[in-house]
Amino acid sequence: MYKLPYKMIASYLPSLNIFLKEAGEIARFTGRFFTQWFKPRYEIAELLRQCFVIGYRSLPLVGLTAFILGLVLTIQLRPSMEDYGVASQLPAIVGIAIIREIGPVIVALIFAGKIGSSIGAELGSMKVTEQIDAMEVSGTNPFKYLVVTRVLAATLMLPVLVLLGDAVSLYGSWLGVNIRGNTSFYLFWTQVFNSITFSDVLPAFIKSYFFGFAVGVVGCYKGFNSNKGTEGVGRSANSAVVVSSVMIFLIDLLAVQVTDVLGLN
Amino acid sequence: MPKNFSLNSNNDKAESSETVLSIEHLYKSFGANKVLVDFNLDLVRGENVVVLGKSGSGKSVLIKCIISLLNPDSGSIRMFGSNIPDIKNDVLDKIRAKVGFLFQSNALYDSMTVRENLEFPLRRHWISVTQRQVNAMVQEALEEVGLAHTIDSMPAELSGGMRKRIALARTLILKPEIILYDEPTTGLDPITAKEIINLMIEIRERYTTTSLIISHDMNCVRMASSRVVMLIDGSCYASGSFDQLANNADPKVKQFFE
Repeated sequence: MYKLPYKMIASYLPSLNIFLKEAGEIARFTGRFFTQWFKPRYEIAELLRQCFVIGYRSLPLVGLTAFILGLVLTIQLRPSMEDYGVASQLPAIVGIAIIREIGPVIVALIFAGKIGSSIGAELGSMKVTEQIDAMEVSGTNPFKYLVVTRVLAATLMLPVLVLLGDAVSLYGSWLGVNIRGNTSFYLFWTQVFNSITFSDVLPAFIKSYFFGFAVGVVGCYKGFNSNKGTEGVGRSANSAVVVSSVMIFLIDLLAVQVTDVLGLN
Repeated sequence: MPKNFSLNSNNDKAESSETVLSIEHLYKSFGANKVLVDFNLDLVRGENVVVLGKSGSGKSVLIKCIISLLNPDSGSIRMFGSNIPDIKNDVLDKIRAKVGFLFQSNALYDSMTVRENLEFPLRRHWISVTQRQVNAMVQEALEEVGLAHTIDSMPAELSGGMRKRIALARTLILKPEIILYDEPTTGLDPITAKEIINLMIEIRERYTTTSLIISHDMNCVRMASSRVVMLIDGSCYASGSFDQLANNADPKVKQFFE
């Protein structure tokens, strides 16, 4: 008779306990965000500043990686497409892949690496050097000023970055197509737009908001709860990237199930 | 069991003068660690009281409870007619505008210039203040600490002593009635520490502020205090002038002055 590996299961219990505790704390932190974000005083100036920092300053990195992604994806796909005799469908295939899945996920991962770590480190450093306490003493609600603005900015800016990233990525793909072929810019984009439908664009666009929200919440949570001095700051930045990257994949998994149920796949 | 005893006549003074801060039966613990146990303290207008105690004795916890950065388990902290643990955030903000807090780590905002650091509390507490008024107040506060030329510098560009002075200027900008100093001379060389202490004394004399200073720097205690309160085992163990405590035979008191 099969015996359950009790010892092995027991060895995982402490880690499971930590995981569940952390998940609960993040859920509570998210709940606090929803109870605070619509209450006055509104930190509009700080929100706009964060949109600039989080959105505009991420453009070069997102643009570069998206361009390379489109170019490499096209070059890699071409031999297989040629084997099946459907090389002419390359713009359509790459377009669907980038817009539906690869664009949002890759841009969100880049975003998590750049913005998640920066938020985690910045708030962590502010926490250990008592700057958050100083803010509170100065008549400011630090949660609203630091967390709400950053989470909103991340949520609003990531979909914009995804749209721009998709466009740059497809431009890279057009260059990739033309390395060994001759397709006009107009023909390439016509093929891309003919192949994609509303149900390709909308779910990808909507899930980008959730990706941005996850990166913002996790980065702020890790920074806001940082401790143990400078070592803690580094740990906050690191775990902000790791946890938000995992969250991106989990949200993606959930999104694909939802779109499947709604018949959008 | 520690006994509370008063060694000077400052308590008589407290009865005759206006009490601006009154702490009664304050308890604060973190899990099983009891940090403050039945702590009592009265602060009279114009006094410079130093709370002296070992590292980890709960000095910083005490002033964080006073400014409501930490909530006490029980007890009352009366300031400006309100019991701090019971009041709502909007009232608390009004009280905080009258209380300056100099953090041990200075807590200057790294991402802001010196000017923005000083403007921040003004903009948050006094919403209707004009830019011209803000500029004048920032200039005045910086001149007060002798660092008007650093107005457009970033905190990272300044020395430890300069950062402490800028933090003091930020504390002063709202013209507080009470100033709480958390280890104001920690991490400074003796000369700079002396300059900061002199600045604190100058501020008290010029603005007749009341100060509560947390320190274990005996030089600071001797120079800046009009009264010393010894925090031992979570409660006020002894209270008196520096000289009275320095000449006391109680071993727990004596160990600080040896």
